[in-house]
Amino acid sequence: MNMTQIEQIARELRGTVIELTHQAKPAHLASALSCIDILAVLYWSVLNIDPAKPLAEDRDRFILSKGHAALALYSVLAKRGFCSNEILQTFNNNGGKLAEHPGPQCIPGVEAATGSLGHGLPIGNGLALASRLSGRNNRVFVLLSDGECNEGSVWEAAMFAGKQKLSNLCAIVDFNKWQATGRSQEILALDPLPDKWQAFGWETVRLDGHDVRKLDATLADMPRGSGKPLAIIADTIKGKGVSFMEDDNNWHYRVPTAEEVVAAKRELGLV
Amino acid sequence: MRNAFADEMTRICAANQRPVLLSGDIGNKLFDKLKAAAPDQFLNCGLAEANMIGVAAGLAMSGFRPFAYTIVPFITTRVLEQIRVDLCYHNVPATVVGVGGGLSYAALGPTHHALEDIAFLRVLPNMSVLCPGDALEVRACLKAAMLHDGPLYIRLGKKGEPVVHQSEPVVGIGGSLTVRRGSDCTILAVGNLLPEAMRAAELLAEQKVDTTVVSLVSVKPLDGEMLERNFASRKLVVSLEEHSVAGGAGSAILEWISDHNPSAMAKFMRIATPDAFYTQSGKQSYARQQLGLDSISVARKIADRLGRKLAA
Repeated sequence: MNMTQIEQIARELRGTVIELTHQAKPAHLASALSCIDILAVLYWSVLNIDPAKPLAEDRDRFILSKGHAALALYSVLAKRGFCSNEILQTFNNNGGKLAEHPGPQCIPGVEAATGSLGHGLPIGNGLALASRLSGRNNRVFVLLSDGECNEGSVWEAAMFAGKQKLSNLCAIVDFNKWQATGRSQEILALDPLPDKWQAFGWETVRLDGHDVRKLDATLADMPRGSGKPLAIIADTIKGKGVSFMEDDNNWHYRVPTAEEVVAAKRELGLV
Repeated sequence: MRNAFADEMTRICAANQRPVLLSGDIGNKLFDKLKAAAPDQFLNCGLAEANMIGVAAGLAMSGFRPFAYTIVPFITTRVLEQIRVDLCYHNVPATVVGVGGGLSYAALGPTHHALEDIAFLRVLPNMSVLCPGDALEVRACLKAAMLHDGPLYIRLGKKGEPVVHQSEPVVGIGGSLTVRRGSDCTILAVGNLLPEAMRAAELLAEQKVDTTVVSLVSVKPLDGEMLERNFASRKLVVSLEEHSVAGGAGSAILEWISDHNPSAMAKFMRIATPDAFYTQSGKQSYARQQLGLDSISVARKIADRLGRKLAA
């Protein structure tokens, strides 16, 4: 699949996430929008996965450690064929399988239950280590938020992966510069974020997290031969894709009105 | 118990590639044989216990059988959320092994005491809790862990405890072991207090109190049939644990009584540590005397309750 097609998929995914947020009224719309391009590149170009065999032993693993962007993951898995659109439409309904944070195997393709921050990378370490011990070549990708990098367990995990030289492990930080109540740089001193990962023994790449070509070029050749785990610091914009949501942290919690959904879809070229 | 743990893990790892022992940077030289026999199956995860539990979860999700090992407070309460989410919510076959249960490390102070761990771990969904009473029970519990398909906590003592069993017993999740039979009362001994319970039973025998001693190996789930039998046929059933009175095995039995056998309440007595930090320095044996967990104190409490006098 070429990158122009992936850009179109990302626009459609944004439309789905916005519509479902209007419909089911969860928080975290802007957090989901900031990581859509990363997910689109992973699921349509990078990951060795098969929706028909969601538990294949040699599959690549993806963990959405920033579990509050669950709606982005559910939308991706439905569009990629891991579950039906009917299931997706039950998001946040009473008695459904799709809660605001993903549960273990709530639908095929969800590799780990997340929601409490700082859990994905330690689990990813275990998956990457298991891959090495088993002599398999599958890769493990973990998507973290920048706010999540406040959690001490992230840095425990970073030290471990560096020491173990888990070159089949990739951590991607969705660096949108915001967390729940303010700028991530102001709440705790995150900068210099790439240097921190490097100091923990990781190969570090900083790129535009909305540039699908750069993402694809960097993610596709994992492992890259450095013998180290790879940290991608992806500069992103919270609420990306909709002008009146971009970089406005009110959309961490806000739900769009029907009129705002139409306006957003118009900007995305979906109506 | 600690040496039996290392030895049994060495055997298990040498025979099977699935188990992996994760250590939180303790046990200097303890695992040298394991490292020699199965070098890929031992990993020192450093003083980073939250990561260690996540690593255990990832390994277990991939078909391995991890055992995550360090001192009780650091492998339980410190990482309770990791155990809850990574192991219990995912319901993976990972075993958390804590060394230094109860007041094993009395001399190290309350940071290293383990008097609340059973309470925290037994309330987690999918979690089972085993408290082996001697080195042979440790081996049996590890064998049970290899056959169990969910998260498990094994609470060890330290090293050098008396061995109560003559040979390795068979016991698993939901099981208990009757190690002495008597018709008047039953002591349900939790983990490393089993030897104290056996000595208390001997002291009681001198006063013609005929005592059953059960090693309550599985605190969660409880052995309901064993409880039914003992409450039906004894004048008194006593839980004995080196753990806080709040939330431990005695509390679990109170819950069982309330749910299954309310009339048994009058026959039940708990012996446990108070809901307080123990702040005196000194050895475990001294701490037990101070807290009424030594065999003489236990025998005296039981004799009092039965209206007998224990010889001075």
